[in-house]
Amino acid sequence: MNKKEQLELYHQMVLIRRVEERGAELYQQGKIGGFMHLYIGQEAVSTGLIAARQPNDRVITAYRDHGVAINCEISANQVMAELMGKATGVSHGKGGSMHMADPGKNFWGGHAIVGAHLPVAMGMALGDKYGNRSNVTICMFGDGATNIGYFHEALNMSKVWELPVLWVCENNLYGMGTAVDRASAVSSIAVKARGYDIPNGQVDGMDVMKVYEAAQKAIETVRSGKGPFLLEIQTYRFRGHSMGDPERYRKQEEVKRWEEHDPIGVFHKYLTENKITSLKSLDEIDEQVMDEVQKAVEFAEASPEPTMEDLYKDVYADV
Amino acid sequence: MARITMREAISQALWEEMERDPAVFILGEEVGVWGGSYAVTKGFYDHFGGERVRDTPIAEAGIIGAAIGAALVGQRPVAELMTINFAFSAMDHIVNEAAKFHYMFAGQFKLPLVIRTVGGGGRQLGATHSQTPDAIFAHFPGLKVVAPGTPEDAKGLLKSAIRSNDPILFIEHATMYQVRGEVRDGDFTIPIGQSKIQRAGKDVTIISYSKGLEISTKAADELAKEGIEAEIVDLRTLRPLDMEPVFESFQKTNRAVVVEEGWKSFGIGSEIASRIYEECFDYIDAPIQRVAQDEVPLPYNRTLEQAALPQPEDVIAAVKVVL
Repeated sequence: MNKKEQLELYHQMVLIRRVEERGAELYQQGKIGGFMHLYIGQEAVSTGLIAARQPNDRVITAYRDHGVAINCEISANQVMAELMGKATGVSHGKGGSMHMADPGKNFWGGHAIVGAHLPVAMGMALGDKYGNRSNVTICMFGDGATNIGYFHEALNMSKVWELPVLWVCENNLYGMGTAVDRASAVSSIAVKARGYDIPNGQVDGMDVMKVYEAAQKAIETVRSGKGPFLLEIQTYRFRGHSMGDPERYRKQEEVKRWEEHDPIGVFHKYLTENKITSLKSLDEIDEQVMDEVQKAVEFAEASPEPTMEDLYKDVYADV
Repeated sequence: MARITMREAISQALWEEMERDPAVFILGEEVGVWGGSYAVTKGFYDHFGGERVRDTPIAEAGIIGAAIGAALVGQRPVAELMTINFAFSAMDHIVNEAAKFHYMFAGQFKLPLVIRTVGGGGRQLGATHSQTPDAIFAHFPGLKVVAPGTPEDAKGLLKSAIRSNDPILFIEHATMYQVRGEVRDGDFTIPIGQSKIQRAGKDVTIISYSKGLEISTKAADELAKEGIEAEIVDLRTLRPLDMEPVFESFQKTNRAVVVEEGWKSFGIGSEIASRIYEECFDYIDAPIQRVAQDEVPLPYNRTLEQAALPQPEDVIAAVKVVL
């Protein structure tokens, strides 16, 4: 990866962070409704992963999707407008925080029923295989999703049919407030792939370059026709599960320990210590992002609400 | 015109649509090598191959999820759920995914998806394998629910369903595969969302669909012997529901009986009766009657099972209440 590309990854990670920080403020002000799950702390996961995809590779994820949307080149404007329920939002204000999607950019959502998008991802890979296309479907989900039956059905069928799907578990150690070892018979998610004879790997999710390299290998393995692969990416969310999380299940010391491995800090250090770029150029990106986020908020606030006509639109494709 | 069975009509629709469009493929439990548990896809595997007639594991959420995903990327899957009772294992994918995606993502996702399934009691399969939960599925905006009562409708509606860009639950009745009827020759479709007057009459309107159509027709034959002319409206599609033929008929007869095989509470009959009360209040000459299944899980014993299911005599009795 060249310098320009690395700086773009840095830009995306900082943009996700700042969009969400502003989002949290706007949520407290009542300008954003519903549930909102922040990705803060996990930015290196989707940033490294999606940087490794080809444009025709499909990305599908769970409800913690703002970062994934940004990595899939959905603009901060469209993300912010969707959070505020505006007509200019990526899902035209009808999806909200948990349901962002833009198939034109091969971003297939934004799915809020835990684990339910895994069979859908398996089906997308089936459809591509049926259509003799070379796309890989990259399906992201949390550790919590590996305990629901859909995980089993989807992984099993993906292997029986040798489908081009990359299963990506973002193991952030908690399914809502329940620690992995309190909910899963095995704490290593990668181990679960063995029961399906699916090749698998683990990678440090706080280091974007490590994620990128692991993802690149995994995607090419899948594209070569060898069937599915499961990549467990170990990460941590710095904020609560959602905006209304009392965080009784973990100690602040634990959060602080992980914050020392802040993925943006880790990458910042990597870029400067290896003299890939100067501190000044990273500061410039930081400033540029602040401006981008401010403009996104202004864009969203100035955007129109969906109309009453939109309320009844798109219930069916054929009317 | 040819006189063929419901099974042949459905099978022909599938075969012709698969010949017509390579994006159409079938997936489900025992659809391939076995030939379909109701023999609807017999011979398909040998002709179309395992890619297009795909046997699946026993994993209903996986099957419907797979069909949704394949539909999203441009294929036209026809997923078979062996019985509608197993649809509950895929309820999440039918309700939270298939019925929501087009709307929730602002029209960006298209789901040209058909779920064929088999409902109904009367075969001594016990409580878990004999349900008629059609009303549950008709509850959800975003899903279309089709339940034909004649071979011609089955063929024409299934062809429309396969060509549609919406998720459609296509409910067949387990005891109707041998029912014969006249079916048009050649390629034809019947539009989804249109009710039809299947039998003309002037004294009472009987509204029904699927197996209820057969029961209602038997009842109407008996009533005709007494000089009572019943008009039968076949809903054919439960969502979107076309009430116009019902209203037109009711405004003429002023009396209605709704016949369904599912339970009465919160059922199709409740919906139809309410809409008549709302739209045709000034035309009502008698309280609308509902004929439905007794409010028990269906028992295995044949006598008890038949007692719980709606019969032509129940329809005749209900007609006599409204006359």
